Amino acid sequence: MNIDKKIVDDLVANDVSFVTTVPCKQLAGVIEEVENRDEIFHIPSNKEDEGMGLCAGAFMGGKRPMIIMQNTALGVTLNTLATLTQFYRMPLPMLISYRGELREPVSCQVEMAVHTKALLAQLNIPTYHFHWQKDVEEFDNILKYTFMSNKPVAILTDANFWGGYGDQ
Amino acid sequence: MIRSEILKEIAPIIRDHLVVCNIGLPSQELHMIDDQPTNFYMLGTMGLSSSIGFGLALAQDKPVISIDGDGSVLTNLGTLPTIANNATGNYTLLIIDNGSYGSTGDQPTYAGMKTSLSAVATACGCENVIEVQDKDLGPVLQSAIDSDEMTIIVCKCDSGNIKLPVITMDPVVIRHRFMEAVKA
Repeated sequence: MNIDKKIVDDLVANDVSFVTTVPCKQLAGVIEEVENRDEIFHIPSNKEDEGMGLCAGAFMGGKRPMIIMQNTALGVTLNTLATLTQFYRMPLPMLISYRGELREPVSCQVEMAVHTKALLAQLNIPTYHFHWQKDVEEFDNILKYTFMSNKPVAILTDANFWGGYGDQ
Repeated sequence: MIRSEILKEIAPIIRDHLVVCNIGLPSQELHMIDDQPTNFYMLGTMGLSSSIGFGLALAQDKPVISIDGDGSVLTNLGTLPTIANNATGNYTLLIIDNGSYGSTGDQPTYAGMKTSLSAVATACGCENVIEVQDKDLGPVLQSAIDSDEMTIIVCKCDSGNIKLPVITMDPVVIRHRFMEAVKA
């Protein structure tokens, strides 16, 4: 199974047409797939809270948005998640590369990984963790749940899910 | 002129358009001067007025004006390259540059010192950047809205605030009312 293609197929099937991204090595394939699809407007952000602002505007303009980002940036988005996305009750699927988990080669990444689920739990953000490739089968349901509930929802995707880091 | 005087002057120009207004006193002033369903008031999230307005402009065809401040743009400087490289003609960014963080007690910003936001915007790749003095803003803003090209306006003015109440409207009501106006 090509999980990059499966993820973007689910986005298109759920009418998600506005995607902002901040890159991560693990996410390179899915970002490329987003960029290549005519059904999706892809706008790279310089910072994740900026991207969440773009998504809020796009939602109010009638589009279904999504952000693709790395968990290390979760800290810089807390204020935006609380005072914009949650306060105004807006849906936002967040596809997050879960750096610092099993098969991570870079020790510093672990320092935010140990806080990631705690921060999301503190914000009462529904959180799903994809560890095996088959977990991607839930993605379609998670998107539907996000736009039903009008909440930010986190999908943490670790190195094992993406197939590890090869020779690193 | 101070910001509230500018907002009073441009209220008739922006009244019929979608406006995303910056957190704090700018939103409170616009709400008091001319509350409209087409106004999206930011109650929090300093720095994101330009991003929210730009996302809105990309998602639909109506003109959108983001009212921002120099301090808020400095908080989210990364917004300018994003706007420049994805320009859309229905978007106007109005930066009211009074050289101070007005809502927090008029502490000076770097935009009131050596930093030129119009030069920053130009360096970021924005093609229509106009720096204007407060008293000359009206016609510049009107032509930016009427134009098919995206415009960044840096309006230089005095710092200073008026006393006024906070916005008590529920954020979900603000958002719903605004989305109905977007669809109308």
